[in-house]
Amino acid sequence: MAALIARVVPIPPVRGRGWLLVERNLMVYRHDWLVLVSGFFEPLFYLLSIGVGIAPLVGNFQVGGHAVSYPAFIAPAMLAASAMNGAIADTTYNLFFKLKYAKLYDAVLATPLRPVDIATGEICWALIRGGLYSAAFLLTMLALGLVFSWWAVLALPAAVLVGFAFAAAGMAGTTFMRSWQDFEFISLAILPMFLLSATFFPLSTYPPVVRLLVELTPLYHGVALLRALTLGTPSWQLLVSVAYLAAMAGVSLWVSSRRIGRVLLK
Amino acid sequence: MGALIEARGLTKRFDSFVAVAGIDVDVFRGEVFGFLGPNGAGKSSTMRMIGCVSPVSSGTLRVLGMDPAVDGPRIRARLGVCPQENWLDEELTVRENLLIYGRYFGLPRRTLADRAAELLAFVQLTDKADAQVADLSGGMKRRLTIARALVNEPEIMLLDEPTTGLDPQARHLVWDRLIQLRQEGVTLVLTTHYMDEAEQLCDRLVVMDGGTIVAEGSPLDLIRAHATREVVELRFVAGRQQALAAEVADLADRVEVLPDRVLLYTQDGDAAANAVHQRGLSPPGILVRRSSLEDVFLRLTGRTLVD
Ligand SMILES: Nc1ncnc2c1ncn2[C@@H]1O[C@H](COP(=O)(O)OP(=O)(O)OP(=O)(O)O)[C@@H](O)[C@H]1O
Ligand SMILES: [Mg+2]
Repeated sequence: MAALIARVVPIPPVRGRGWLLVERNLMVYRHDWLVLVSGFFEPLFYLLSIGVGIAPLVGNFQVGGHAVSYPAFIAPAMLAASAMNGAIADTTYNLFFKLKYAKLYDAVLATPLRPVDIATGEICWALIRGGLYSAAFLLTMLALGLVFSWWAVLALPAAVLVGFAFAAAGMAGTTFMRSWQDFEFISLAILPMFLLSATFFPLSTYPPVVRLLVELTPLYHGVALLRALTLGTPSWQLLVSVAYLAAMAGVSLWVSSRRIGRVLLK
Repeated sequence: MGALIEARGLTKRFDSFVAVAGIDVDVFRGEVFGFLGPNGAGKSSTMRMIGCVSPVSSGTLRVLGMDPAVDGPRIRARLGVCPQENWLDEELTVRENLLIYGRYFGLPRRTLADRAAELLAFVQLTDKADAQVADLSGGMKRRLTIARALVNEPEIMLLDEPTTGLDPQARHLVWDRLIQLRQEGVTLVLTTHYMDEAEQLCDRLVVMDGGTIVAEGSPLDLIRAHATREVVELRFVAGRQQALAAEVADLADRVEVLPDRVLLYTQDGDAAANAVHQRGLSPPGILVRRSSLEDVFLRLTGRTLVD
């Protein structure tokens, strides 16, 4: 994946200092660790409410010829969605505030750091944080008996990849935002995707046209990837999903770096 | 030795608006160089280009012998910047601001712990080390910004209005520190609206107006070239200035009429003031003073320098 991204994004081969933004965020959250901890619980509440509340009403599903319980079907989708939501929150609202109001990056750019360092640093932070939440989520799934294969070990890097794609895309979008109102567009993109990306129903239940549309969304690929890994039903097709998400991440990261430079270095 | 900062025909355009219109500037090692000018003169735009955070629209600029467009990060590693609006990290404490800023320059944590303590002492903020930045007063934030700019031991310091909004005491503290830095060999480039600040601190300065340089030299040179030795300020009842100016015009080398007073530029202020009295004009307020950069400025731009 790293090699692919290196080819897609022409980042100069200078040792990046993006890590320093991670250090900065760690410093902030040292004061505010409760906020960090609370992030663990949100996706778990989803999982529990659906697993305990809705599952008994739905019964089993057929996925790839296997009978699958509804919680086992939906848990990896929740994992993908929470990786998406976490990443988006970090690189949209939080980033916009730092970019436009706190003027954090104006001060940072007076040092040797470059726009690309800011982009990679903030995305890196989002991924570290998201990775921790995803790991906790996976462990909870394991404890609830919702993991069926050793392939699930790959679900963590896969969840991080989902986070990467959405963090970078969110950041790229945020650099175009003029005011808080513009964030409506993000909700407008996220909510239908969350509801329709084969999250709650198998893809086979959609009409063909809708199915095609769904297959074009990034969250669908994230869900497909994580579901196959936790259920233990991988196929070569997943490489398409990986490539899709990696390309989205790479292109968005490139756009973000360019745009941060454009917005701040006037 | 060559100039540390060398600008030729330096221009900054925002779309079609020209903020800096082709200025030539040389700043040499160890000097204090000032940009003086009213709001919108193009001071900050110039400083941002020198600080390598704003691309040059046309003309050439070399800082520390390098081209900002190519070597921005390498130049910035050797600059200390105190921007007009501080831009402190409000989510961190005072000490943390210095620590993380030093980290951005790639300095090791071990070095930074000591340096942060020294810098806090230097700007008299040791007591506030653990306070949140958001809780500091304006003057404290300014001092912290100056300390932050010093964390990488810069060769050149860029100070955009270092003392605007400070009370006299804080202002003097900042001046003392800047003079101290100058003695240590740091090259200082500053912008200001304050004439007394420019007179106190600057070895050389340029007066900017509307994106161009209208005069340059040492404060004393400028006063000699563009003003007389003394100035008599006459305060009359509003509305009568114009008429009275005509009556005293022959008493001075030059007369300037402002909304609230009339200025007589003359070599001998007391003599002019006496003559005004002898003519029975008896203005409610009369003041004889030495001329200052303010007068130079007024002469060059036809405006008073007030924000
Ligand atoms: N990013 C920008 N986009 C468009 N115009 C700008 C921008 N930055 C500055 N300007 C314009 O350029 C001119 C010069 O601005 P600049 O900030 O350099 O002035 P200044 O001398 O620093 O003024 P002040 O004393 O108020 O700080 C102003 O007319 C300002 O409106
Ligand atoms: Mg300014």
